[in-house]
Amino acid sequence: MALTPNLTAHWDEPDSYTVAGYERHYGYQALRKALEMDPDAIIGELKESGLRGRGGAGFPTGMKWSFVPQGDGKPHYLVVNADESEPGACKDIPLMLASSQHLIEGMIIASYAIRANHAFVYIRGEVPHVIRRMHAAVRDAYDNGYLGKNILGSGFDLDITVHGGAGAYICGEETALLSSLEGMRGQPRLKPPFPAVAGLYACPTVVNNVETIASVPAIIRNGGDWYASYGTEKSKGIKVFAVSGHVNNPGIFEAPLGITMRELLGYAGGIRDGHNLKFFVVGGSSVPMLTEDHLDAELSYEGMEAVGTMLGTATPMVFDETVSVVRAITGWLDFYKHESCGKCTPCREGTWWIDQLLHNLKSGTGKTEDLATLNELCAQILGRSFCALGDAAATPYPQALNLFRSEFEAGTHTAADDLFDPAASVVFSGVKTS
Amino acid sequence: MALTESTRAELEEIVKRYPQPRSALNPMLHLVQSEEGYVSPEGIELCAEIVGLSPAEVAGVASFYTMYKRRPVGQHHIGVCVNPQCGILGGEAIFDALSNDLGIGNDETTEDGKITIERIECQAACTYAPSTTVDWEFMDDMTVDKMRDVVDKLRKGEPVKSTRGPEVQGFRASERAIAGMDDGLAESGSNNADAVMLRGLTVAKEQGMPAVDGGGK
Repeated sequence: MALTPNLTAHWDEPDSYTVAGYERHYGYQALRKALEMDPDAIIGELKESGLRGRGGAGFPTGMKWSFVPQGDGKPHYLVVNADESEPGACKDIPLMLASSQHLIEGMIIASYAIRANHAFVYIRGEVPHVIRRMHAAVRDAYDNGYLGKNILGSGFDLDITVHGGAGAYICGEETALLSSLEGMRGQPRLKPPFPAVAGLYACPTVVNNVETIASVPAIIRNGGDWYASYGTEKSKGIKVFAVSGHVNNPGIFEAPLGITMRELLGYAGGIRDGHNLKFFVVGGSSVPMLTEDHLDAELSYEGMEAVGTMLGTATPMVFDETVSVVRAITGWLDFYKHESCGKCTPCREGTWWIDQLLHNLKSGTGKTEDLATLNELCAQILGRSFCALGDAAATPYPQALNLFRSEFEAGTHTAADDLFDPAASVVFSGVKTS
Repeated sequence: MALTESTRAELEEIVKRYPQPRSALNPMLHLVQSEEGYVSPEGIELCAEIVGLSPAEVAGVASFYTMYKRRPVGQHHIGVCVNPQCGILGGEAIFDALSNDLGIGNDETTEDGKITIERIECQAACTYAPSTTVDWEFMDDMTVDKMRDVVDKLRKGEPVKSTRGPEVQGFRASERAIAGMDDGLAESGSNNADAVMLRGLTVAKEQGMPAVDGGGK
């Protein structure tokens, strides 16, 4: 399947992130068209496009927008989730650096559609250059009359606030993000009510991912049917894939949903020379891993479901035969343990229990019964935690055990670092073999 | 260093970005860190007074987030991603070398107050693994040797440039940028997109795969 540059089509121009650079390539033409449309017609166009949320959950975007009650007399808000923190996910940060104006134009159109007059971009705090770039992009848009009062004489007003977070993976969960944006600890809230009804300041709020909103202008200009002509039946459109890890040419690749991992690996120059694929994780560390057997599965929501995993963020991490699965899984559990917000018991306690047992197996001091205990712990967390972080923490281990049982069994007598020399996995030279 | 009237004025400016004052706490606490090098008790009290909360409530927020520090950070902050992919591709080796060379552990600062090191979580720079940061600016595709060179330069006060951003300015200056204060550096890092970001576009152009957006109906 061919690559389809769309959001990334002009990244080779030095000013693609400015209004001037963007306007050379149809920038802000969609806004002019949108401001003459009925807001509900915009929502209709989004529904027709089949665009689904690109943050990982894949909820249909047009439907989400249509859930915002109209004529309710309350302020409405659009909040862009730019808290990209899922291990493996690295597509929204490049998009904000190089396609800042796609995002801003999409935000104006989305705000007009849901009748919001204030929109926010919640960016993870650890990326000052991205925060600078987005602040500058918003100023650029104000200076060109695309933000503020009476945009392009339409009578529509919109202000955008760029917000920097402070280092909390949980804030990628939409209700935790809203808590954080309200100046509280970033802990999730009970749903329902969903944000579309009671979101920011208990007002109707749409929370969408960066890539989702940046995809909107081209859909409005070209029509929902144009966008829907790409991808598969249930996964329409184009996706920004980020391929990382033990490949020769890691990077960003834009292609229709339904492309396969084998094809993406080809574009990324294959597995690093002299090595073989061991496993890959498509949707971030929170989804079950896959192996060579799944290279021809469609990278689509339904295609990944069919092989027992999830498309998630569609940012595959690739690991070769030098890597210990036990080490990788233990590292991810260290992460979930660190990032668990502490609100609910299954996740707060469970991540610590899982992590302890995994560390024992990693150091070669595990017990045979730990393998089953771990499965049981994961089953006790899955579906019983307050939000998806607990589910995510319970996901990597069971699949890894299914696929690489012998490595976990070895954890009862041999350390992972003795089975797999960590120096062999390092991509630069000069690290001594242990 | 005591917080000045100009800091108070800047904190009050940040509040104006939001419909409700409390929403400003994230950037306000970053601004406090840019002045104090950490979230000081005095900074917490000032934020609390400005947004109309008790200091305990603001401290309760500050203590939740990893980026807010309770002890002063060094002149420069070095982050090494040790999340599995970066860690396995070399991040663990880089952190170990750094820790060994400097004689400090995670979240500790050298005696001269110059450098703090931290094991950080996924930095959304996985295509550049192993990914590291200096003053939270991207230092992509790091190696042990390159990191030693960076540390040498930082200690000598020589310029160090981010791979996808400006010359690093110090931890406090980056905290100001995170708080959203304009430092005029948004255009820096003259490269808009680098080879990694352009990988797919480059392949597409080489293989004659056109951009799909023709401008609309």
